[in-house]
Amino acid sequence: MAFQILLNVVLAFLWMFIKVSYDPISFIKGYIFGLVIIFVLRRSFGSRFYLFRLWSFIKLIFIFIKELILSNIAIVKVVLKPKLDMRPAIFAMDTELTRDWQITLLSSLITLTPGTLVIDVSEDNRTLFIHAMNIGEVEDEINSIKNSFEKAILEVSS
Amino acid sequence: MLSIWKRGLLSNVSVIIDFLIGFFILVGSLFCLIATIGVIRLPDVYTRNHAASKAATLGVMSILLGTFLYFYALEGHFNSRLILGIIFLFMTSPISGHLINRAAYNSGVKLWDKSVRDDLKEYNKKIMKKSSVD
Repeated sequence: MAFQILLNVVLAFLWMFIKVSYDPISFIKGYIFGLVIIFVLRRSFGSRFYLFRLWSFIKLIFIFIKELILSNIAIVKVVLKPKLDMRPAIFAMDTELTRDWQITLLSSLITLTPGTLVIDVSEDNRTLFIHAMNIGEVEDEINSIKNSFEKAILEVSS
Repeated sequence: MLSIWKRGLLSNVSVIIDFLIGFFILVGSLFCLIATIGVIRLPDVYTRNHAASKAATLGVMSILLGTFLYFYALEGHFNSRLILGIIFLFMTSPISGHLINRAAYNSGVKLWDKSVRDDLKEYNKKIMKKSSVD
């Protein structure tokens, strides 16, 4: 991905040199033409076309904001309820993610989601221990985390 | 004719922006208040941490966003430090919540009586050969 962006910038500079005009407008033009060229030649790179990846990253940010707002509403509901009848618990969740930054990102996302907070990551980085504020069914919780965040992170890194 | 229409539209926009600024700041302070109530009311460290690390994050973030909008819309001053503050808060507050929780767990702070299950305890016993500090 970094290589493709660098190539795109180089192509934009090439466009500026060809046109002999050194202003931001021609840089942007060259960048767009370079984008088209990289899109046409996308099969010759090792990774995916980088705009797709950027798009999934933006999607991830929107998921993040949505979950943050939902989690706050959930917290407000629990705090302002007259009776404290939630059922806290610590449950284990196995993760498919392998790299360190992916696991860090996943645990930040989990911490900001409705009623879950990461307590510990196991030694082999395969299991996350999560404290849930109000646990319903453990399986459901795990599935909802997996379907939303883990998939989005895998999409970004693939 | 055009200028009247334009003025009407502009005043509409500024009303909307005023509304947004007020909304962000009010909602932010409300979330901070609720986080404080949560910290006082909830029974143990872990559940308190839920309230502190989430509601306060969103509360401070929306107050900062309201401040940013105020200065941008009414004074015409684009303050990028507020945006940076929002991003840094977004990045660091979940990690600090996690670290506080982890330190509490490892130093043997007990869960609330009504907690349902504790997988980490079993894991520590089985694999780490470490009995939890009591």
